[in-house]
Amino acid sequence: MASSAPDRGGAFDRAGGASPWRSALATLARDRSAMAGLAILAALAVIALAAPYVAPYDPRAQPDIVTLKYLPPTLAHPFGTDQLSRDVLSRIIFGSRVSLSVAFLGVAVAVTVGTGYGAIAGYLGGKLDGFMMRVVDALLSIPRVLLLIAVATLWNGLELAGLVLLLGLTGWFGVSRLVRTLVLSAREDEFVTAARALGATHTRILIHHILPQVVSPVLVAATLAIGNVIVMEAGLTFLGMGVRPPNASWGSIVYDGRDVAAAWWISISGGAALVITVLAVNLLADGLREALNARQLPAR
Amino acid sequence: MRRFLARRLAHGAAVIFIAASLSFLLVHLAPGDPFSTTLDSVSINPSVKAAWRAAYGLDRPLLEQYFRFLGQLARGNLGPSLLQPGPASTALADAVPNTLLLMGTALVLSFVIGIGVGSWQAARAGSRGDRAAGNVSLVVASLPEFWLAAVLLLVFAYRFRVFPAAGVVDLVMHDSLSPAGRLLDRLRHLALPALTLSLLGSASIARYQRAALLDVLPQDFIRTARAKGVTDRLVLWRHALRNALVPTIVLLGLSLPTLLGGAVFVEQVFSWPGLGRLAAAAFHARDYQVVIGATIMGAVLVVVGGILADLLHAAVDPRVRAQ
Amino acid sequence: MTQPALLTVSDLRTYFYTGAGVARAVDGVSFTIGAGETLGIVGESGCGKSVTALSILRLVQQPGRIEPGSRIMFEGQDLLQLDDAGIRRVRGNRIAMIFQEPMTALNPVFTVGDQIAEVARVHASASRRAAWDRAVEMLTLVGIPAPADRARQYPHQLSGGMRQRVLIAMALVMSPALVIADEPTTALDVTIQAQILELLGDLQQRLGTSIAMITHDLGVIAEVASRVLVMYGGEVVEEARVETLFTEPHHPYTEGLLHAMPRVGRRQERLAVIPGSVPPPTAWPTGCRFRDRCAYAWDRCAREHPPLYQIGAGHVSRCHLADEPERRRTARAMPNASPVTPASVSGGVA
Repeated sequence: MASSAPDRGGAFDRAGGASPWRSALATLARDRSAMAGLAILAALAVIALAAPYVAPYDPRAQPDIVTLKYLPPTLAHPFGTDQLSRDVLSRIIFGSRVSLSVAFLGVAVAVTVGTGYGAIAGYLGGKLDGFMMRVVDALLSIPRVLLLIAVATLWNGLELAGLVLLLGLTGWFGVSRLVRTLVLSAREDEFVTAARALGATHTRILIHHILPQVVSPVLVAATLAIGNVIVMEAGLTFLGMGVRPPNASWGSIVYDGRDVAAAWWISISGGAALVITVLAVNLLADGLREALNARQLPAR
Repeated sequence: MRRFLARRLAHGAAVIFIAASLSFLLVHLAPGDPFSTTLDSVSINPSVKAAWRAAYGLDRPLLEQYFRFLGQLARGNLGPSLLQPGPASTALADAVPNTLLLMGTALVLSFVIGIGVGSWQAARAGSRGDRAAGNVSLVVASLPEFWLAAVLLLVFAYRFRVFPAAGVVDLVMHDSLSPAGRLLDRLRHLALPALTLSLLGSASIARYQRAALLDVLPQDFIRTARAKGVTDRLVLWRHALRNALVPTIVLLGLSLPTLLGGAVFVEQVFSWPGLGRLAAAAFHARDYQVVIGATIMGAVLVVVGGILADLLHAAVDPRVRAQ
Repeated sequence: MTQPALLTVSDLRTYFYTGAGVARAVDGVSFTIGAGETLGIVGESGCGKSVTALSILRLVQQPGRIEPGSRIMFEGQDLLQLDDAGIRRVRGNRIAMIFQEPMTALNPVFTVGDQIAEVARVHASASRRAAWDRAVEMLTLVGIPAPADRARQYPHQLSGGMRQRVLIAMALVMSPALVIADEPTTALDVTIQAQILELLGDLQQRLGTSIAMITHDLGVIAEVASRVLVMYGGEVVEEARVETLFTEPHHPYTEGLLHAMPRVGRRQERLAVIPGSVPPPTAWPTGCRFRDRCAYAWDRCAREHPPLYQIGAGHVSRCHLADEPERRRTARAMPNASPVTPASVSGGVA
């Protein structure tokens, strides 16, 4: 557990050795698969940011619906064209913006809510903790997809912001359980007792002493969650209830190609983008877990 | 044992209660109400709208509606469905058995495949075969379910016409087939969706089982078994596996919500008339009752499945029975 | 020795090939065990006694390996030359082993009856019924009350002492010629220890089994052994009859062990300890491996690895003092030195 202690600067460096964060980074750098994952994600981020410069065509351009639709992959259109003669590759490049940002923001919401809820439950302990966790257990028992469908039905016309909020608010349960466990055990640590003896307020103890210990496992969980949410959003979009036109995520692309067996390149390319991203995320998360030595319950 | 069961049932009831309450909360937080889609058009007389709403108690105080809702739920009444004539509960009751069939089959398949592969890997840990299988597992576990379903459908139902593309049975031919033919027909329709659903689960079970076995193999009682003269094969399959099964069965219980989620997509792609497809259809029809009913039903399935998993756990691990 | 040798270990070497180097856990050990006799093997942790025991039944796993050139003769066969099926026929059948931790040595998901019966099913192809009956019979033999009921219980339902009895029962199912007991009493309470030792002694007399008793506790040795092997640094450093070992120990390490034992009924200000600690098996010192902790060591000890010198009948010691006994007087005396006898030693063990 020593490796999850935060680096508070030179005074706390272990004699003669690198600080915990630095040694964790070094371990990570040595893990080739994790580095490969990181490289892929970095490349995706760059592509997403520089989409207008990277994409060969305007993703919304429909040059000729009659003759140029459903073109199989060629040099001019490496991933072919779809039913509206749009270039699939360009759609995928621009789609990365939607997929990645929705996932990232959704996870950010989930982690924030979950950490807050779990920290309060873990720190206060007792009956309140028991009740709060009982509620979380119940929420975890509801299949997330069904809950998402329910909310999407009730809130007719869900836009991107709403989608991000929805994904975040249905994904915080696992994080809260994780954080609660960590806070509960950190609460008993000596330096917390010492801080209390020195008169520190609860808030200060929580933020300065306990939360830093929570960072590593939550980081690993958050990384994994990004992969999950990308797929979840794509799935929802595939069912017709996620990202809607004119916005387009990778899920939208798979959705477009779903009923057309002859134009396989549409669904395959959309799916391939998803698979590569999730793989990269998983590799990175595995590496992070090893490097931070954060052995915890499987994250959702 | 009985106390254990009683505790689990009470816990399950609490879960369902919370799921139902959450559903109620969501319905009343959302803009509009169950009648928005049908009644809120200009051509309908406001007094008619008011009358409908009153008849369904939508003008009563929130707390009263809440208790009414719970009471009706306990009696299995979810209200009318917009998708079809008749109550929402009928639509759900028709769909659930299909989902159970699909999930049950997928569960068994994923366990058989997962335990088999994971054990095979553990027996030759560190070898090329182990690493290759591990990489394949990683890739398979990273595949989005709906995409995998779509791809498998494309390949095995359209490109290579091995399996039928949709439905539970052949709508045209089924009734005129012999009993054996009918069984075969059902199996052919079940095969692809169940296999798809099981693949993702198998990958994570294999990883888990491999780790569990590698945890068990260095333990003392394995050494005792070898010292008794038991063959290496029996040591693995009888002594080690029985112990490694225990955490995997715990995983079974925890994986049910995810499995049900996956079933939603698989049902959609293969037009399997189960709970998931019903929910998706309800979304498109703005059918509040069915959607809420599906959510609660999902929670019920997970709870029941969890209790069964716990019973299985107790059956396999005698130390649990002592509690 | 008047009895014919049952087990003859010749020049056993078991090395572990780890990332940190080659650990020579057992480095040239030779001994014999006769029919019906109890051999004690004593030493600190890290001396190689457990690995020796595991090597006899070839239970040593990667990265450990029994080096070629080692030989273990048993019932006319070299155990190290047997194929897998051959050594499995010996395990649990002709040679049985009892392990140290009864808590973890039993499989938690099977009944104890099942686990004992398994031995009969494996080696005697017994039916389920016959094997089960034999299991109950063995439970009776080791003194467990209500054996038929106990057989249906799981390990977590039994106390530590009872679990150890179950392990003994499991070892005796096929009436093996040799039982290797690796620290069978270390994990148990003192009173239970005494019961188990008494049981083992009793069973040996009744069944005529040979026992190899591996322990770090000289008190246990005094109770049950007729001959003793002292191990250090992966080697045998002294071998003698038990009375001789306690009255006339030769090797400085043996002396140190004896003096380090607290004794009831004597006033002692401080417990004597052997200074220093066991060197790592990846880097045994050159020459005599005990020299860094020995009160008598001189330059020859660093230069020349001592062979086993004959001290008396059936008494050997791996120490140059056998060759230059006058050196013993020139060293400082060990604190609280006084003659020890088996009786005064076992006074500490009920």
